[in-house]
Amino acid sequence: MTYAAKRLVRRKSAVLGLGLVAAFGLVALLVPFLPLQEPNEIDTGNRLKPPLTSGHTLGTDEFGRDILSRLAWGSRPSLVAGVVSALLSMGVGVPLGLMAGYLRGPTDHLLMRAIDIVMAFPYILLAIALVAAFGPGIRNATLALSIVGVPLYARLTRGTVLSIREREYVDAARALGLWEVRIMWRHVLPNAFPPVIVATTLDIGFKIVATAGLSFLGLGVQPPTADWGSMLASGRNFVGLASHVATFPGLAILLVTLGFNLFGDGLRDTLDPTMRSW
Amino acid sequence: MAGYLARRLWMLVVVLLGVTVIVFGIIHAVPGDPAMVILGPLATKEDLAQLRSQLGLDDPLHIQYLQWLGRVLRGDLGRSIATSALVFPEVVDKFKATFILASAALVISTSFGVIAGVTSAVRPRSLVDQATMVLALLGVSMPVFWLGIMLMLLFSLRLGLLPATGMFSATGGGFRDLLAHLILPAFTLGAASMAIVARMTRSSMLEVLHQDYVRTARAKGLPGGTVVYRHALRNALIPIVTIVGVQLGYLLGGAVLTETVFTWPGIGTLMVKAIFARDFPMVQGAVLWVALIFALVNLVVDLAYGLLDPRIRYE
Repeated sequence: MTYAAKRLVRRKSAVLGLGLVAAFGLVALLVPFLPLQEPNEIDTGNRLKPPLTSGHTLGTDEFGRDILSRLAWGSRPSLVAGVVSALLSMGVGVPLGLMAGYLRGPTDHLLMRAIDIVMAFPYILLAIALVAAFGPGIRNATLALSIVGVPLYARLTRGTVLSIREREYVDAARALGLWEVRIMWRHVLPNAFPPVIVATTLDIGFKIVATAGLSFLGLGVQPPTADWGSMLASGRNFVGLASHVATFPGLAILLVTLGFNLFGDGLRDTLDPTMRSW
Repeated sequence: MAGYLARRLWMLVVVLLGVTVIVFGIIHAVPGDPAMVILGPLATKEDLAQLRSQLGLDDPLHIQYLQWLGRVLRGDLGRSIATSALVFPEVVDKFKATFILASAALVISTSFGVIAGVTSAVRPRSLVDQATMVLALLGVSMPVFWLGIMLMLLFSLRLGLLPATGMFSATGGGFRDLLAHLILPAFTLGAASMAIVARMTRSSMLEVLHQDYVRTARAKGLPGGTVVYRHALRNALIPIVTIVGVQLGYLLGGAVLTETVFTWPGIGTLMVKAIFARDFPMVQGAVLWVALIFALVNLVVDLAYGLLDPRIRYE
């Protein structure tokens, strides 16, 4: 095990975070094989049953659907949307930041002004506006969140690359006559990557919450597909009668996001102690 | 300072022009012709042709953009498809409610966040510090719309202490009524910001408390409170001010979810209703207005940052 990995596993909070993420990841992966009820099966005779009702560990919703089953199946769109949108934002933002930070000059000015323009919109508002234009649905919500996430990675990568490009090994590579693209790809990018890994881990948690937020507004996953955000939205209407309908999806979002945040904080403290938050 | 101000104002103009391009582009990203969007699927070919000509949709895209920009600069954001009301006065009116909510959330998040961060920093690794940081971590991990529902459940439905929805009661009005309705949504909206401010304050204070001049102040026998609040906090404020300033912008945009939970009649609620009514002029107007305010808030924060830290002005 590398030194960094050993330091990481010694941090109990990071291990707890990884455990939470792994638990939810396993549920999302194995849910078709788990002994759960059909998530969309309506049973109007058993509407709004409380937790620990026979046959329904976490109770039922307003249509009599089993909440435990819907929570498990709902983990799939939430986790997939969070991971995919973070990776897409990273995939576009990192090259842009790399080019801006390494090449400087007009390329840097142009790219950074474009980034400033996208960042002129509050994050969730631009995502909502894009989904409004593309049409609601999990695919468009993921795409919208990917677009609004690009500036974070571009700025972060640019900032790191600005200092790396002044290092002696980069000068040596230039002196050897290597092409700029090769220097960026082989020498600059690998050294700029650790903060990007940390940012991506933290961003996945943020994107999971944002996806749930779009679904809560009716712009993400469409009914009757199980999804934590839309479960919260419908649970809100019955919070006085049956608070469990809204409580459990929110707890699920909280726990998985907490997992990514704990693991991301641990990664940051391990990879760069000067970036430690506390 | 004048040079810094001029540079920032120039950047603001460039950014705002870019914002208008994106906002203009959003309605053209909608599948189908904007005239079809406005008139709906039952419109006749003649009606569509007439509206296209009226709206200049037959012109090249860049000409349409310039015509639209000209109207925007004159304060004309078009009319709502759903209500036929002018978009601009409607957006500004609803924005006032959002501004009240965001400002209250900012006051709550800043005051509690700074107090929590300072308390943590002066007692590092203590129980208070660890509890505060755990709460801060929960704050940034918690979905704001879930927190709002849980607070509504506890304080409105179970304890009956505070109203659950709206900005004023049906029979009431006045400042006390507004305050009662404001507490839960403002706390909900400010919770994540509070966590971020607390973490930043703690981090910034810890750095400052280890400086030589703070050690000197303690060695001189100054009271602990004087050392912390007069010497340390003042110097720790620069990054805190930056974070707080940025938070106002995010609170303005992020209010949409909180407004939906509490049925707060702000610009977020207006936007969500407009989206489902396919009232794109209203969506466009709301996004443009919030983006404009967000850009202006960021400018003010940058200028304040430049005043607090002279090194920034000369970068």
